[in-house]
Amino acid sequence: MIELNQFLILSALLFAIGVIGIFLNRKNVIIILMSIEIILLSVNLNLIAFSYFLNDLTGQIFSLFVLTVAAAEAAIGLAILVIYNRNAGSIEIEKINALKG
Amino acid sequence: MTAQLLTFYLFSGVILISSLMVISTKNPVHSVLFLILSFLNAAGLFVILHAEFLAMILIIVYVGAVAVLFLFVVMMLDFKTSINKDNILQYIPIGILIGVVFIAELIIVLINTKFDLSNIQVLPNPLSDFTGKSNTEAIGSVLYTDYILYFQLSGVILLVAMIGSIVLTLRERVGVKRQVVSEQLQRQGKIDLVDVKSGKGVDI
Repeated sequence: MIELNQFLILSALLFAIGVIGIFLNRKNVIIILMSIEIILLSVNLNLIAFSYFLNDLTGQIFSLFVLTVAAAEAAIGLAILVIYNRNAGSIEIEKINALKG
Repeated sequence: MTAQLLTFYLFSGVILISSLMVISTKNPVHSVLFLILSFLNAAGLFVILHAEFLAMILIIVYVGAVAVLFLFVVMMLDFKTSINKDNILQYIPIGILIGVVFIAELIIVLINTKFDLSNIQVLPNPLSDFTGKSNTEAIGSVLYTDYILYFQLSGVILLVAMIGSIVLTLRERVGVKRQVVSEQLQRQGKIDLVDVKSGKGVDI
């Protein structure tokens, strides 16, 4: 029988992989967007696991809204990426320093 | 080891490995394909957790729309993958450090904590008894009644995202001849209506 902790550990590992991906990646922004998708997937897994083990449907509803927001975020992020690539000619993270931050 | 546990380990192992490949491969196209593999296996895990509707939504929306959008952008933009190794190696220590600390904290907490779900008071709403209903029916009966405001707000979010991405990527090109409907309709004096006799044709 699967326990709740196994799902939580898997979700924690996925979340950590996403965070490491954001830190480690210096090639292009699109990998960072994919890391954010992995993080959101782990959050969804957490919500659905709790929804199953608590026998409450609210977690699944919440997960549905997380999916919606993630899709919107991916669309806008990719649109920003496309116009940045059109204007600057590159989306390498090292070269995105227009704000001098 | 039951079949359910075996399936869980299979799916979760593939998810972890493919997520690691997402963040470690050089080619962004391979990253997107591994992301799709990860989403498919997560859908399998959702099926194990009796969330069939969300599993199908994950496949349709994520694999069918979002991941294909990623793939489209990756293939449309021509990345110059001329990265020197030093820049990559520069960030490995801090990344590994943060990742190991993060994973260690979470795993320590999760292993030492035994969640006792029997004492948790679920919100007193009529959501919890859906015996005999399918998952989709249960979600629908809750989503369109108790959560209708959030449902419509998520629709507004999607509308804003759609308009935003269209406005961002739209550009006016100069020197391109376009159809201007109002000017077409306002043309005066250049139109002749000719009554064409049948079988004779007309000289232009």
